[in-house]
Amino acid sequence: MAFISTGYNPAKPMENRITDIGPRDHNEFYPPVIKKNKGKWSHHEILEPGVLVHVADSGDELYTVRVGGARLMSTGLINEICDIADKHCDGHVRFTTRNNIEFMVDSKDKVEPLKNDLAARKFDGGSFKFPIGGTGAGITNIVHTQGWLHCHTPATDASGTVKATMDELFADFQDMRLPAQLRVSMACCLNMCGAVHCSDIAILGYHRKPPMLDHEYLDKVCEIPLAVSSCPTAAIKPSKVKLANGTEVKSVEVKNERCMYCGNCYTMCPSMPLADTVGDGIVLMAGGKVSNRISDPKFSKVVVAFLPNEMPRWPSMTKAINQMVNAYSNGANKYERLGDWAERIGWEKFFEACELEFTHHLIDDFRQQAYMSWRQSTQFKF
Amino acid sequence: MAKHKTPLLDQLESGPWPSFVSDLKAQAERRAKNVEGVEFQIPVDAVEDLLGVLELSYKHGRTHWKHGGIVGVFGYGGGVIGRYCDQPTLFPGVQHFHTMRIAQPAGKYYKTDYLRALTKLWDFRGSGVTNMHGATGDIILLGTTTPQLEEIFHTLTHDMNQDLGGSGSNLRTPADCLGQSRCEYACYDTNALVYFLTNEYQDELHRPAFPYKFKFKLDGCPNCCVASIARSDMSFIGTWKDDIRIDQDAVNKYVECADGYPANAGAYKGSKDWGPFDIEKEVTGLCPTRCMQFKNKKLFIDNANCTRCMHCINVMPRALKIGKETGCSILVGAKAPILDGAQMGSLLVPFIEVNADNDYEAITEVIENVWDWWMEEGKNRERLGELIMRQGFQKLLEVTGIEAMPQHVQYPRTNPYIFWKEDEVEGGWERDVEEYRKHHLR
Repeated sequence: MAFISTGYNPAKPMENRITDIGPRDHNEFYPPVIKKNKGKWSHHEILEPGVLVHVADSGDELYTVRVGGARLMSTGLINEICDIADKHCDGHVRFTTRNNIEFMVDSKDKVEPLKNDLAARKFDGGSFKFPIGGTGAGITNIVHTQGWLHCHTPATDASGTVKATMDELFADFQDMRLPAQLRVSMACCLNMCGAVHCSDIAILGYHRKPPMLDHEYLDKVCEIPLAVSSCPTAAIKPSKVKLANGTEVKSVEVKNERCMYCGNCYTMCPSMPLADTVGDGIVLMAGGKVSNRISDPKFSKVVVAFLPNEMPRWPSMTKAINQMVNAYSNGANKYERLGDWAERIGWEKFFEACELEFTHHLIDDFRQQAYMSWRQSTQFKF
Repeated sequence: MAKHKTPLLDQLESGPWPSFVSDLKAQAERRAKNVEGVEFQIPVDAVEDLLGVLELSYKHGRTHWKHGGIVGVFGYGGGVIGRYCDQPTLFPGVQHFHTMRIAQPAGKYYKTDYLRALTKLWDFRGSGVTNMHGATGDIILLGTTTPQLEEIFHTLTHDMNQDLGGSGSNLRTPADCLGQSRCEYACYDTNALVYFLTNEYQDELHRPAFPYKFKFKLDGCPNCCVASIARSDMSFIGTWKDDIRIDQDAVNKYVECADGYPANAGAYKGSKDWGPFDIEKEVTGLCPTRCMQFKNKKLFIDNANCTRCMHCINVMPRALKIGKETGCSILVGAKAPILDGAQMGSLLVPFIEVNADNDYEAITEVIENVWDWWMEEGKNRERLGELIMRQGFQKLLEVTGIEAMPQHVQYPRTNPYIFWKEDEVEGGWERDVEEYRKHHLR
C-alpha cells in the first residue's frame, strides 16, 4: 500500500490550488427531455406505486421509476446503479431528498424492462436492492442520520432502526392505501442532524444519563474552557478534583439535573463520554408535517417517552410504529395527515386508538413554551 | 471468509428492504478480491472492520466512535469531519475514518460518468462507503485517513471540477427540490437559484465566519418537499400573486372520473377503494379558506381569499395550475429543537421576485442584511432563529428594512407591553420636571 501522490505538495499547498468552485452544474446532468421541457411541464400522474409520468406542454413524456435505497451505500452499489442507468436511461439518474433513487426514461415502452430489471436485483442476503415504490398516499423512504456506524454521540443506531422499520412497513412502501402520505424520519440523538421534528412519525435516539468524567485525563485531553462553553444548558463548570492517589487535577463538574444529554461536551472533550447500554434508547414522536397543504406545517409531538435499544431489530419500537400506522389508516379521512387526524379526534383519542400509554413524561416542562401545550379549556373527551 | 463474526448484524440481512449489511459485506468482499487491482490507499479491510465495530456497538448498545482532532484541507474550515474509532487495536482498518462532504448538484441529478469517477476515487483513496446523501444534501464519503484528504481534494478540484460542501459554523451546502426541471408546481427555478447561491457564497461556505451553522433550502412550492420551512435558517418557498389558472373542461373530467384524471395525480391508486371522486368533499370542502365553489359544472375560486395551500392543485393537477406571476416567499429562523425548542420558519418576505437576469439582487440583499445583523449580534452557537427570539422580530424588520405588515403574524400581540423607541414618541423622553411641577404639586 504505497502512498500515491496526486502531485499535491504539502510544502507548497497553494501551488496550483483550485478552490471555491462549488458543485457541478446541474445543466450538465439533466436528461435531454428535462433540459428541453424544463419549466414547461403540464402535469404528472402516478401510474402505479413507484412509477410516475410527467407530461410536458410539448407532449413529451418522461417516465420515472422510483426505488428505495439505504442511504448508506457502497461504491459497488453505486456502480450497479450506473450500470442500470447506462442500460436503460442513457446514463442519467437522480436521487430524491428522501434517499430514493429515480431512473427516468423517455418513452413508455422502456418502463417495463427497467422495472423488471430493478425488481429482479437482490442482495445475497435476500433483500431487494431496488424496491419500486415510495410514491403517493403511502410510506416513502426514511431520512436518517449516521448512528453507531459513524457518529460519536448517537443513542441508537440509524441504519438498523431504519431497516427494521422499513421491513415492517414495506407493504405500504409499495402501496398507496393510506389517507395521505406518511413520512417517517430518524435521528440518532437530540441534536437531530436529521431534523425529524416535523415528521408524521419520528424515531429519535435519546440518552438518559449525563456524561461520565474521566478526571485523570480530562485536562490532558481537553481544553476545559471549550468543554464548559459547549454546554447548551450551562451545566458544566471548571473544578479541581482529588484523584484516588491524592493528586489534585483540573477537571470539570457537571450539574446533572441541568444536563439534557446532548453530547455536545463529548464532541469537545473525549473525556466526557455519555453512551450507556441501558440509559440509551428510543423516543417516538408523531403528528408533524412540513407541507402547507390544508393546514399549517406543524411539529411532531412526543408520544412514547422511552423504549430500550433492542438490537438488532427493535421489536418494541416497530410494534409501536405499526400501531400508529394502523390506527391512522383506519381512522383518518382521505387527505388527512397523521397530525391533522390526531388533532381532529383529540390527542386523548389518539393514545386510545394507537394503544399507546400516556405517561407524565409526555407533558411538556421544558421552558416557556411548555404552557402552550397544556389544556386550557373544558373541552376534552373522556 | 469474513474477518469478524457479525451474528447480530446478520439478522438485518433478511426482510425485503435493502440491507445495508448485505451491501457492506459485498463491498468488503469486493475489496478483498480486488479484481481491478486498485492500489488501495487506506486499509483493504476497512469495510470488514467497519462491520466489526458496528457489531460491537450492537452488542454493547454504545457507539465506538470519537470525534476529536481538527482535520481538513488547507484554507477551508469545513467539508471534513474528523472521526476515530475507540477500539483501534481491534479494528485498525477504521482507526482513522474521516468523513468528507461533497457539494451535491442541484436537484441531485447525475450522469453515470461523474458517479463512476467518484466511486473510482473513493475506492482508491477511501473506504468505498458513502451516503447518497447526507441530511443536509451533500454526497457523504465515509471513511478515509488524514493524508488522503488533500489528495482527494486535489483530484476532486483538478479532475472532476468538484468542490467540498460545508460543515461547522459555515454556510452549509444549500439544497433544493427538483423544481421546474420536472415539476409543474414549481414557482421558480430552484436548481438555478441554488446553484447561484452556492457559488455566490463559496467563501461563507468554506471559511467559518458565522456564529453557528446557516442553512438555505429551496422549495419550489408550498408543498415543501425539501422541508425548507422546518430545517433551514432561510427558506425560499415558491408562490404566486395572481390567480390559479382553471381549465373548466379538465375540472369536469375529474368530476366524471375520466381516464387519465385520477384524484391527486394517482396518489390514491392503492389497495384501498376510497369510492368515486367527490369534488365537494375532496376539494371545495377541504379548502382551508373555503374560497372555492363548484356550481353548474363550473369551479369558482375567490383568489383574493386563497392562501395558496396547494391542496386543490395537488388534487386536480390537470385542471388547476399555479398563477403566472410567480416568485418566492422567504421564511427565516427554522431549526431543530436544540436548544430552546424547535422553531418553524417565520415569514419575513411574503413575495420577492426570483430574477436570474439581475443576479437575484432582491434576494441577495435580504440575505446579506440578515447575515450582517447575525454576524454582528449573534452569540457563539446562536442560530438565526434564536437571535430573532432574543432581539425580536421587529429588530429583524429594522435590519432588513422591511415594513411590518399583517402577513408577518398569526395574530397581533396579546400583551400591550410595547417598547416604544424614543424617536417614535413625540417630543422624545427628555422632559422638564420643573415645568411639570408647576401644575402638579410635590
